[in-house]
Order: sequence, then C-alpha cells, then structure tokens
Amino acid sequence: MTVTSTSSAASANGSSVDHLLAVADRIIGEALPGEQVEAVVVNESETEVRVYEGEIESFTSSKSQGFGIRVIADHRQGFAYAGSLDEGVIAETLQEARDNATFGTADDQLGMAEPDGRPIIDLGLFNEAVASFPNEAKIKMALDLEKAVLASDSRIIGAESSDFNDSVSEAVVVTNTGIRVAGRDSGSYVMTSVLAAEGDDTQTGFGFSVGRDPADLDIERAAADAVDRATRLLGASKPATERVTIVFDPFVTAQFLSIIGGTLSGERVLKGRSLFADRLGDTVASSMITLIDDPTNVKAFTANEADGEGLATRRNVLIEDGQLNMFAQNAYTARRSGTTSTASAVRGYSSTPGVGSVALSLVPGDRAQDELIAGIDNGILVQGVAGLHSGVNPVSGDFSTGAEGLRITNGALGEPLREFTIASTLQKMLLDVVEVGGDIEWLPMSAAGLSLVVNDVTVSGD
Amino acid sequence: MIEESVLNQTLSTALRNGGDFAEVFVEDRKSSSALLDDGKIEELTSGRDRGAGIRVVSGETTGFAHTADLSADGLRQAAEAAGAAARSGSGGVNVVALSRQTSKAPQDVKILPETIAKGRKVELLNTADEAARSMGGAISQVTASYADGRRQILVANSDGLLTGDDQVKTRFFVSCVASGDTGMQTGRESIGRPLGFELFDQYDVAELGRNAAQRALTKLGARPAPSGSMPVVIGKGGGGVLFHEACGHGLEADLVAKSASVFKDRIGEQVASPLVTLIDDGTMGGEWGAYAIDDEGRPAQSNTLIKDGILVDYMWDELRARKEGRASSGNGRRQTYMHLPMVRMTNTYISNGATDPADIIADTPSGVFVSQLGGGQVNTATGDFVFGMTEAYLIEDGKITEPIREGNLIGNGPEVLMAIDALGNDFEMGSPGTCGKDGQGVPVGDGTPTLRVTKLTVGGTAA
Repeated sequence: MTVTSTSSAASANGSSVDHLLAVADRIIGEALPGEQVEAVVVNESETEVRVYEGEIESFTSSKSQGFGIRVIADHRQGFAYAGSLDEGVIAETLQEARDNATFGTADDQLGMAEPDGRPIIDLGLFNEAVASFPNEAKIKMALDLEKAVLASDSRIIGAESSDFNDSVSEAVVVTNTGIRVAGRDSGSYVMTSVLAAEGDDTQTGFGFSVGRDPADLDIERAAADAVDRATRLLGASKPATERVTIVFDPFVTAQFLSIIGGTLSGERVLKGRSLFADRLGDTVASSMITLIDDPTNVKAFTANEADGEGLATRRNVLIEDGQLNMFAQNAYTARRSGTTSTASAVRGYSSTPGVGSVALSLVPGDRAQDELIAGIDNGILVQGVAGLHSGVNPVSGDFSTGAEGLRITNGALGEPLREFTIASTLQKMLLDVVEVGGDIEWLPMSAAGLSLVVNDVTVSGD
Repeated sequence: MIEESVLNQTLSTALRNGGDFAEVFVEDRKSSSALLDDGKIEELTSGRDRGAGIRVVSGETTGFAHTADLSADGLRQAAEAAGAAARSGSGGVNVVALSRQTSKAPQDVKILPETIAKGRKVELLNTADEAARSMGGAISQVTASYADGRRQILVANSDGLLTGDDQVKTRFFVSCVASGDTGMQTGRESIGRPLGFELFDQYDVAELGRNAAQRALTKLGARPAPSGSMPVVIGKGGGGVLFHEACGHGLEADLVAKSASVFKDRIGEQVASPLVTLIDDGTMGGEWGAYAIDDEGRPAQSNTLIKDGILVDYMWDELRARKEGRASSGNGRRQTYMHLPMVRMTNTYISNGATDPADIIADTPSGVFVSQLGGGQVNTATGDFVFGMTEAYLIEDGKITEPIREGNLIGNGPEVLMAIDALGNDFEMGSPGTCGKDGQGVPVGDGTPTLRVTKLTVGGTAA
C-alpha cells in the first residue's frame, strides 16, 4: 500500500515559503504583454525509516524542490517543469513553456484561475512538531511498531516492513491574473505489513496510523490492525460463485468512493467520459448516499486550504440523498461548462491542473459494522480488494476486483475467504447500497471510509 | 557529468563514519510529451530532472540521501546525511580507485527525439486522432499522447566501479471511447521502445488509432463476462502479464529473503508445467525493459528463472547478492535518483511452444479467450494474483464467439503455473508496461505465445 499526502497551497508564513514566493514572483515578472503566466513552486522534505528484524533496514532523508510554469498566449497553452530551483534552469524552463504554447490548439476558454472573492482560511495543516522530531524518536517508533506486531500473536511469523515516515511540504501558486497563495503542511505515518502463518497457509495484512503530529500516531492500533487482517484470513478457502450482499470494510469503501469521485469530474463530463454526464438532478444512487468533497475538513488527512490553481477550497456536495447535485470543476472546465470553479484543480509541479476530488466522504449512518452484519443472512465482508486499476473501467462502469474477506451467515462472521472476485457496475452498485455505516474513518487517501452494505454483487469463485 | 575526483571524495565522505559499501548514482533526465484530447492539442510539456542519490551500506542498514545540487558541496552534504544514517561501525572499507567500465547498449538509437521539431510530434497526434475517428460516428472521443525521455545515468561505488548509460525511450498511446445503446466502451493501443524517433519508421500511428477504435467498437456489443472457474486461453504478446504477476514478483530475491514469497526454498523443484521456461532478459534489444546497465551499474543479463517447469534461480540486486555471496543478476533498478534500488524485472517472457494456436482454441470446448490484458497485481506471500482483461471473447464449441465486457481474473500463482496445458508456437512480446513495487514504477516488457490455463476464475457478472 502506498500512503500519499497532498501538498497544499495556503496562507502561511515562514522564510522558505517566502523564498518560494520570491522565485514565483520573479517568473511571473517575466510575462510578456498579452501572456498569462502561472508558476507553481514546491519544496518538500521527507524522512523514512524502515526496520526489519530489529535492525534499521534503511534510513532515507530526502529534500526536493521543483517548479512548473504554465503559459497561455494567443489562447494556446504550454507547460514546462524542472526538479530544481537553479537560476539558469528557471529561464530555460520559461522559454520551453512559451515555445510549447505555440503548438497548442487555440481555445478561447483557456485561462488561469482568477480570484473569486473567497478568502483562504488557515486550517492549521502545518505542525512544528514534525520539523523538530528527532531521528532517534523516528527510529524508535518504527522499532516499537515491529515489536508490537511480533509480540501480538504466535501465528505472526514476521513483518515484511515496519516504517515511520514524516514530511513537510511547502507550495506556492502565483499568476499574473491575481492569484498569489502560499502554504505548507506536515504529515507523518507509521505503517507495517505483516505475515501470519498456520500450517502451510500464509496470509498478509497491513496496518497504519496517520497524523499531522508524530505524537498522534497510534502504534498499538497500527500493529493490531495488521495482525488482525492477516490472522483472520488464515485457513481461507475459495467461495462458490453466487450473487450475495456485500459489506465493504471502511478501507475498501474509500477506494470505491475515490473511483466514483473520478466519474464526477467536470473534465470527464466535457469530454464524454463520464457515466453521469447529462444526469444532473437525476437519482443516480440510493437515497442513503450523500457524497461530499470537503478539503476544508481538517479531519481529512488530505485537507487543503487552496486547490492547485490557488483558489480557496470549499465544501462541495456532489450527490445529495441519491440525487446528482454537481460536478467538480477547475477554472477551465468551469468556464467551458458555463459555471464557476469548485476549487477542484489537482496537480503537482510537474503537471497542468486536472480536476479531482481530494477529501471525499459519505454522510455516515447510525450503526456500527457488527450491527450491519447482524441483519444479513448470507453475505461476505470484503476486507481487501486487488486490481482496481485493471478490472474497473470508470468510463463503461464495469467493476470487477479480486477480493478477500469473511463469510457472513445468519448475522455473524464466519470462515475466511480468498481468491475470488466481486463484480457489478458502478452505476448499479450506487443504486444497490442498502445501508451506510456509522463508523466513519479518516484515511490517508482521497476518501474517508465507512462500512457500506451493497446488495446483489456477483461473487466469482469455484 | 561529474569529475572523478569529486566522485572519489564523495564516496570517502560517505564512508568516513564506517560502512561496508558506498555508491553515488547520478541521473539527468529530460522528457517531452504532447497530448491530444477532445480534438485539440491540449498541451506540450517539457521536463528536466537532475540529481544524485547516495547510499551507504553498513551491516544490515542502508543510509540514503539525495540531492538536486550536483556541486561538490551539494554531494558532500548528501554523502554526510547518508553516512550518518548508517550506523558507525569499526573503521569501514576504503574506497577502491575508480575504474571506468562500459557495457554495450542493447540497441542503437538512431534519431534522438530532442532533435525532432515539436511540430512533427504534434502531427503524429493529429494523424492518430483522424484515423481513429475515421472508424465511424460511434467513436465519440479520442486521446493520443506522445512521450520521449532521455535518461543519462552514472554509477560510482566504493568497489571501484565507474560506469554510465544513456537511455532513450519513445512511446505513443491512443485511447478511444465508443458510444452506443449499451453505454460507453473504451479501447487502447500503445507502443514504446528504447529507441528514438525511428520508432515511427516501425509503426504507423494511423493504424494504431484505427486498432484502438476497433477495440472500443467491438466491445459496444459485448455481453457481461461469465463468472466462475473455467478454461482460459491467453493470447500471445501481452499475455505475458500473467507470468509477471503469477511468479515474476515472487522470484525477486528481496521478497524471497523476507519469506514474502511462495517460491522461497523451492530452487530445483518443479513449480510449473514442463511446458514453461521463464526468462527475464534485460539485454533484449528494442524491448521496453532493456538497458545496458542496471541502476547499480551492473550489465544487463539474460536470466533463466524457470527451465522446463523447474525453478532455476531468483532475480538479484547488489544488496541481496552481497548477502548471499554471489553476483547480482543485473536486476537492481530504481525509478529516479530519489529512490533506493531494489530487485525488479526487465523483459519477462515465456519461451515459444510447439502448438498451432488455432488448435489450442479448437481443442477448448468452452471458456474464455483473453486477447488484450490490462495489468495486474499479486500478493507474493500468498501467491494470489489478479489481472485484467480489456479485450476478451467467449469460446464456445472450440470457436471464438462473442466479445465480453471487462473484468479481472483471479488465480493462485503456483496453481496456475502447474495448470498450463498448452503452449502455442506464436511467441510475441507485448506492449510497453510500467511495473509498480513499493511506490516505484519502472518500465518493463513481457511476452508469451498463446497458452491455455485449464482453470482460472473469471470475474464477470453473468452466470
């Protein structure tokens, strides 16, 4: 599993952020008459400690910088980036972006974002504690995590990796259309991947804990989750092929929501790649589904004060009580769609702004997972899926993934299951949701998780 | 890129607190890409990344730091950071005087992409777009992308190795959407080789566009894929993804050493049908995963992993090989200078069989024929793996009949390898791929002749 944290652009102070702003200002200052120029400048530092069998396997300290320049001239767009802030490289990169613009197709709607009057609100995403956390303490957290895993259960035969990671990221976006924002955020996590064995059978599980301050990390919880995921699958067998009710574990629901979020991108709608184009106002999901993208919610580890074009982020209700309410937009897609940006531009310094949701969540229901399970006669709790990139097509809606989990019989969890697939379509699954759990869990990804009960999913096994 | 005296000094700095091994990896990467979407040239992008990664190995510990500052001072700071991370041992090794080594490139690059006018790259995109749209009004959207990259690397280590490589790659991709009564379907085609602009002397991008469009159109009439276990015939070429997932990753020595592979302790045993000979070959000229040296400076090799069903060897990087007192197999790779190297595949393929592929289909009363695969994923510790079918058909009474919708197939590596009962004589390499492991992506190739697995689970929705 890969844990990512997005970099944010917001109104923060600090000398290195000032340096990034100075670089961006200088780039913008080079704009020629009639040109729109945007500079994104990023500075990141990261530490990663990996331990194995009580030893430090690797200790990585990284510092990286980079910038991207977008130029729009004569209604044509060009882009260039570089992974350094060297003075000579900056001039060369601007020239490349300018040259690249001459090859683009003219499009009257192209343009940088412009201030929309929404103030950027300080969400407190940077925590000084990350910057001052000593290396010895980082190493100790990774070692403690591995120790907690190994001491937990005699069936645990090892932890393939136990990691501590922290990062500080600073980013600025400046344009000559009036955007000038800067911000920084910090994050840390611990993560472990464990092996459990009994007889000839081996199973794996992962666990993690995320926080803006390393003091928030819960080592015991990360270890217990990993151990539980691995040990409860021991002895798993392949189920028969049938249609049943599925309960998605929160982590799986989050992955599903990220895919749904992608289909609600205004860019996909414009380009005829969204299942939900032309369906604004229609019922596209069970009435229990209210899907919100809210990067201003600090509970989300992907919270962001400004989007990739420098607009203040906001709470966007994409689906409300099952009805399609809106699509996510950046400045360009909004202009082409005759609407306003929802501050949903996503990008790094090495790419132009796309459109995406970064902090999705469903409005939770009332009941815990065991209460949801208690109401199911025949079903499967899916604790993990594989192959989301190879068996899910967000354009056609076909959904098919590898899965593992536990049998549900007469309202109780039963034997472990593996090597099967679950399949339906994205459209049908949204309508087939029969209950949304109350167990919302904020995860280091673009969507929060909770338990979700979906009817009539095909389980393919023997 | 950097003077030898500076490299020497950097290695000495890295080892000044002790350590068994130090290495400087320098990378200078230039890339350019152009994207056509929605009938427009949306953007051209140019990128430049340059920096060095320095590692120090001390006992079981690796210290690693990287920097984009290639001055002597920048390298010294990174060397100090990497050296500080590795625990100070007793004394440490001395840096052996560097001696330059060269390895033969797997192919010659004739036309450096940076010498080609951007207008010609844009022209290719328009050609592919027009060709795809010429396939009919049902083609409702087309994306075409062109990308080239030049990656110059240098490796110097405390054993005295000094070597480098100049890696050029060019690729092209077309994706289409077809719309009909049953909704939208997609089709894609991609080509890529470690070559320059002469790639387009080998391939016609118009044909690529038409083929991608045809794949999308074919699927408009597709019915839901079946569900359950059944015989599956995998088409030549891209079908090699099956082996990449079913056993390739499980044969990477770093995973084996941590007991995270079902193939641990199985050297010399039968792990696959006797029909199967599996080779990983970084020297394969013109293939997407080929190179002269790996990212630890070791020459690429052709490594036989499974011979007639018997497990012969794993794949090795420098670190794992040193621990076992053997040589690296040239499989130490990293995504960029900002990443630590690890064991990775190159071009992984199954050698040719003897059966006419038409006979394999005719000999299959019912099942599924997968003609284009779409990537996969494996849990190496359990052996369970999935791979996607992006174009597939039913086999009924020994004939390929109707197209079916997309989905994943799931199987268990060791079981599937034993269940291969027919191997065609039509070997081919597949499309360029990117393999992800522990957050790092590297270019890989794979290939296979047509083959049949007696039982695989197809993840559709139909009964």
